[in-house]
Amino acid sequence: MNALWIGVVGTSAIAFTLKYLGHSIPEKYLTNPRMLRINTLIPIALLSALVGVQTITEKGKWVIDQRLAGVAVALIALSLKAPYFAVVISAAITSAALYRL
Amino acid sequence: MSKVFRATATQSLSVSFTVGLYGTAFGAASIAAGFSILQTCLLSLLTFSGASQFAIVGVMGAGGSAISGIATASLLGIRNGLYGLRMAPLLKVRGVKRVIAAQVTIDESTGVAIGQEDLGIDAMKQGFWLTGFGVYIFWNFFTLLGALGAQAMGNPSAWGLDAAVPAAFLGLVWPRLTGRYERTLAASAVILAIILSPIISAGLPIIATALLAVAFGWKVRS
Repeated sequence: MNALWIGVVGTSAIAFTLKYLGHSIPEKYLTNPRMLRINTLIPIALLSALVGVQTITEKGKWVIDQRLAGVAVALIALSLKAPYFAVVISAAITSAALYRL
Repeated sequence: MSKVFRATATQSLSVSFTVGLYGTAFGAASIAAGFSILQTCLLSLLTFSGASQFAIVGVMGAGGSAISGIATASLLGIRNGLYGLRMAPLLKVRGVKRVIAAQVTIDESTGVAIGQEDLGIDAMKQGFWLTGFGVYIFWNFFTLLGALGAQAMGNPSAWGLDAAVPAAFLGLVWPRLTGRYERTLAASAVILAIILSPIISAGLPIIATALLAVAFGWKVRS
């Protein structure tokens, strides 16, 4: 088995193990009010962080480019209560337009 | 799950398609990094976690060892485990269903699920499953297209996909940011992750924000 195959199999095995572990924690550990609160907040924190990282960084460096403009337009669209699809499309159009300038 | 939630289904489809398109970029990147078409498709079918997949082909394509590639990819995969903590009590599934649920527990399925909280538990479940399967189908289909050399798609930036994906996630978290409390957490998470990005290796800046969630959730909110 060459290195690339080890990479494919290893990455896949660990990725699934991590996903499955999250689903296997006995519910009794997750039902006290504090854990419930924390557990509700974790995806909010992680997904918000993901938005920030995808918008302003590239390969571990800060990069300000058309993405920021696109996401800013999405933010405006959301605050104007635009439908979900319009939010995503407006970000794409803004970013693509600036990129092609 | 008797009732079909139209808004939820629409959102699931939008997310699945937008993110799925990015599969083209992965397929092309993977081939460029020296992986075969089979290996590329297996990564999308089995790993099924975009960030981890880009990491393994990125590291190994740049000449890194399998171990360093797997380590980086795995760091990026930890957050799926954290999502599982939130999704498991919602889905309450066992056996084969739990295996399937785990495989499709990713940013998108979790995001759509928590985005439906106002519509109730059934809508959250439906959002999780529809998005999980939706992304799975589109992601794998577009990976194959990209691997087969759909270079016509070319650079995702030219189509605005680089902004559409974070905007899609922003739109999913948005309905949860109703109170000052959640908004402060989200803003802190964005700032912390951006500050940490140049300092610690990929994946960790995002996972680190789970500590913010712990800190915010520890005290009973006033």
